[in-house]
Amino acid sequence: MSIKADTVKHVANLARLTISEEEVETYADQLSQILGLMDQLNSLPTDGVTPMSHAVEISMPAREDTVTNGDMQEILLACAPDSEQGHFRVPKIIE
Amino acid sequence: MPIDPHYETVIGLEVHAQLLTQSKIFCGCPNRFGAQANTQICPVCSGFPGVLPVMNREMVTMAIKTGLAINGTIRTYSEFSRKNYFYPDSPTGYQISQYDLPIIEHGELFIDLPQERKRIGVTRIHMEVDAGKSLHEGIVGASWVDLNRVGTPLLEIVSEPDMRSSEEAGAYLKKLRAIVRFLEVCDGNMEEGSFRCDANVSVRRYGAPQFGTRAELKNLNSIRNVMRAIDYEVDRQIDLIEGGGEVVQETRLWDANNNISRSMRSKEDAHDYRYFPEPDLPPLTLEVAHIEQIRQTLPELPDQMAARFQKTLELSEYDAGVLTASREMAGYYEEANAIVTQAGKASPKATANWVTVELLGRLNKEGLSIEESPVPAKSLGKLVAMIQTGEISGKIAKQVFATLFDEGGEPEKIVADKGLKQLSDSGAIEAEVEKVLAANPEQVEQYRGGKTKVLGFLVGQVMQATRGKANPALVNTVLKQKLG
Repeated sequence: MSIKADTVKHVANLARLTISEEEVETYADQLSQILGLMDQLNSLPTDGVTPMSHAVEISMPAREDTVTNGDMQEILLACAPDSEQGHFRVPKIIE
Repeated sequence: MPIDPHYETVIGLEVHAQLLTQSKIFCGCPNRFGAQANTQICPVCSGFPGVLPVMNREMVTMAIKTGLAINGTIRTYSEFSRKNYFYPDSPTGYQISQYDLPIIEHGELFIDLPQERKRIGVTRIHMEVDAGKSLHEGIVGASWVDLNRVGTPLLEIVSEPDMRSSEEAGAYLKKLRAIVRFLEVCDGNMEEGSFRCDANVSVRRYGAPQFGTRAELKNLNSIRNVMRAIDYEVDRQIDLIEGGGEVVQETRLWDANNNISRSMRSKEDAHDYRYFPEPDLPPLTLEVAHIEQIRQTLPELPDQMAARFQKTLELSEYDAGVLTASREMAGYYEEANAIVTQAGKASPKATANWVTVELLGRLNKEGLSIEESPVPAKSLGKLVAMIQTGEISGKIAKQVFATLFDEGGEPEKIVADKGLKQLSDSGAIEAEVEKVLAANPEQVEQYRGGKTKVLGFLVGQVMQATRGKANPALVNTVLKQKLG
């Protein structure tokens, strides 16, 4: 399976990445190679094997429902490019 | 608006219910509404690099409870996935949700319609994180973002497209809200957004093999608005089709002020979410024994309680439905009814009437909920008990109720202070009757001449003379005796 230039552009757009025309070619080529490897893996017999979403077979750890955090407004706002009156300030969102 | 009889309406609803956990879904920040902006956030929920989510155990318990309450299948193996999109109120750039392996599938609930009880399928319930809030109004050249709500645990409850009218959609929402409130997993407040609904609406000609193209309605912050928006949408789609046009799949925002919806233009790729399994969270596996343990903790649910009210208290299906609309309502009724029963004159039906007619009528008028009732259940119970034991008449009781509602106090004291006790002493009533007969010789003559209708007038006179306190049945008897 190969990745076409249009797909690269589409995915780049969804990921909000600006890439040049040359880069489109490079990534299309590299991604195709990665999928080529997947095709090779797909040739292995996996009938009867449950697909895994994680490589490590552990079950979800859970925590108790208690409040242990929060109240870090000042510290976290200070990490943002801009803030105002306790809020993160971002470019105007137009719907 | 009359709906064209040639078309069938098809509705599916998606409800987002905020769970009443103490802390957020994947971090230890408080899960509370109404705090100052950005005071309930930490590096995890505000999406800082290098942090890891750790799942809240209570959220899973609440999801399982909800699944069991709607008779759903609880998956013993489920997964979280990333739903990728960019919006300033989602600092991670993705939402942790469940996609192909949700925790609950194949549920159902039943709605009571005037003609029938109808089953509505629940396709799935999954767990996910809520987003933050952006503020636009009054902010020049920028928007503000408050991340307090990010990480609030949500259940997304997706129905089958089984509803055929706005009334059915309204009944479904009421029932679902009652269930989550009985379970105490969500407060069901649509105005504050802790119970949110999107409606998928389409129409088709009767007998058409496939559903029509649907529109998704958003911004519906009350059951009333959901129903209005559906009716509006059905008319809009039928007009469009009848006019030779075509319904396009789109999201429409409801404008409750103007009772219209408008298209929310979105880019074609807006729904290309590129879901993939959340790499930071391993699969969630559940033991069957654990699920069964949770089943044991389920409270009595609205349908079970309504059935009990009908069976053991002999209430009508309607009354039972109204009284089990919320846990608070049911609790109020049960408390009042217990007081009446203790007084030795049990009357579940009379108590139900007082709650559903007098109390709810007045509460609705004042825009209050049952929790905000100025008349506590105990007082209403005492009032009904006084009617049942014959201490006061029903008419006087309404007067006492108004005083209780407006000024508060104890029913017995109000009755004593205002001298409202019913006159059931036949001697005293006879004296009043004598006076009325003496004052109205004309009507007495008419009655004796066969015009028995004037009896009502004479009863009224006695009631007036006793300021409504005379026992009407007794007045009737005494009058007939004297006139006979």
